Amino acid sequence: MRWINVRPSSGMRLTLAVAPFLIVLGAYVAGSAARLADNANDKLLPGLSSFVDAINRMAVVPDGRTGQILLWADTAASLTRLFSGIGIAVAIALVVGMLIGMLPTMRALLAPFVAAISMVPPLALLPILFIVMGLGEGSKIALIAIGVTPIMIRDLALTATTLPREQIIKAETLGGSSWQIALRVVLPQILPRMIDTLRLQIGPAWLFLIAAEAISSEAGLGYRIFLVRRYLAMDVIFPYVLWITLLAVATDYILNRLRIAIFPWSELEKNT
Amino acid sequence: MSGIIVEKVWKEYGDQIVLEDISIEIEDRAFVALVGPSGCGKTTFLRMLLGQEQATRGTILLDGVPLPKEPGPDRGVVFQRYSVFPHLTVLGNVLIGKEMTAARYSGRLFGAARRAAIEEARALIAEVGLSHALDKYPAQLSGGMQQRLALAQALIMKPKVLLLDEPFGALDPGIRAEIHTLMKRLWHENPMTVVMVTHDMREAFTLATRVVAFERLRDRPEEKLRYGATISRDIPIWPPRRAGEPSLIRPDRDGPVQKGQ
Repeated sequence: MRWINVRPSSGMRLTLAVAPFLIVLGAYVAGSAARLADNANDKLLPGLSSFVDAINRMAVVPDGRTGQILLWADTAASLTRLFSGIGIAVAIALVVGMLIGMLPTMRALLAPFVAAISMVPPLALLPILFIVMGLGEGSKIALIAIGVTPIMIRDLALTATTLPREQIIKAETLGGSSWQIALRVVLPQILPRMIDTLRLQIGPAWLFLIAAEAISSEAGLGYRIFLVRRYLAMDVIFPYVLWITLLAVATDYILNRLRIAIFPWSELEKNT
Repeated sequence: MSGIIVEKVWKEYGDQIVLEDISIEIEDRAFVALVGPSGCGKTTFLRMLLGQEQATRGTILLDGVPLPKEPGPDRGVVFQRYSVFPHLTVLGNVLIGKEMTAARYSGRLFGAARRAAIEEARALIAEVGLSHALDKYPAQLSGGMQQRLALAQALIMKPKVLLLDEPFGALDPGIRAEIHTLMKRLWHENPMTVVMVTHDMREAFTLATRVVAFERLRDRPEEKLRYGATISRDIPIWPPRRAGEPSLIRPDRDGPVQKGQ
């Protein structure tokens, strides 16, 4: 049988999916054991037991100085920033994306501008943001919003323009005004795509968040990682990285389920 | 009354002349089939009737009034594809016309008005034989069912003119025969004029009261750019078919279709 026709059974699929994770974990454990055998005080690849200690210290026992549990305080601070930034980006992207996608006049006015703006590297704007908005929450949220909005606008505008022309014409023959067509025909059809765009932008959003937190912050997952870096505290950094990854993966999964639950037709369309 | 008068209409795209000197009077309640080879401008002509495209020269009058420059609720349309909204159920697709006409800002109906609209939509959905699929999305319907839905969706607006752009071209012959019966019944029962573009001669002669052929009379390669297509044949069907009246000679074939047939 050709390789292209070999389909794994469901048990086999699960095994295959888990395997890379186990391999990486195994490699780490082996590497860590080898280094610790050479030098019991090695900080680069700490053993699993030091992780348990560190997780206990960060996620269970309150911090001696502030009385807060650090992991949760960091997570709350980071997620608030992340979702504020993304929320602003989504709101702007929906409005501007639909204007560009639906109205030729707005397309002529805004499309070249957005295309140019989207090429500005957001991290290069970070110093400007810090100078203009101060070191508070505003500048971090602004960085995330600035970083992901232009791409989301372009993606949503593209989705709106690729709706079949026939649908818009049909909506006009059904008595729809521009506003009604936007509300009843275009918006519902680009919302599923908006969720997908959002899923793709979660990664960049985290990047901007951690960059902003690394430079100036008092709490946050990125802040903590860069803080403990000074002490080579790999036993804290690794769990934090894992935790961020987990949060991002969970967001991605939840958004996808949300799309299927709210827009069941979008899944049907994909399968046809 | 919903007669269409087309007077000396030309359509050009830049240097390319697509249609030249089209004049035709379409009487109220007619069923006109536009036939002709590919690329002869029948769809362009239909789009001009729809308001999607403007004539370069000449006028098109509907009920004696020049057509507005954009599509409107007085002219319904069914395309070969993409006629229905994938994000709405069968009921939602038929309802949306009512909703957009009645609710200017929200585009939605609530309460008693909604119930009345649903009642009307259901009746129309039953008419096209989709009662069993009220809550299905278009992706769950076959091609024939989608086109039935598109017809119901257009008819709820009670258009003066129904424009069909190869609506049944993608359907297999059995389904097509069924939908022809439906189409004939809808034409007999609704006060509308129908203009249909088709490739299928058999379909044209089965349904229409009049078959109009578009053709490029000068089609040598060097003439292609500067000479467009025009109406080369205009064939009334005999024995005449009249909307809502049984035919004297072939009532079974040409008259209004009885319910349940």
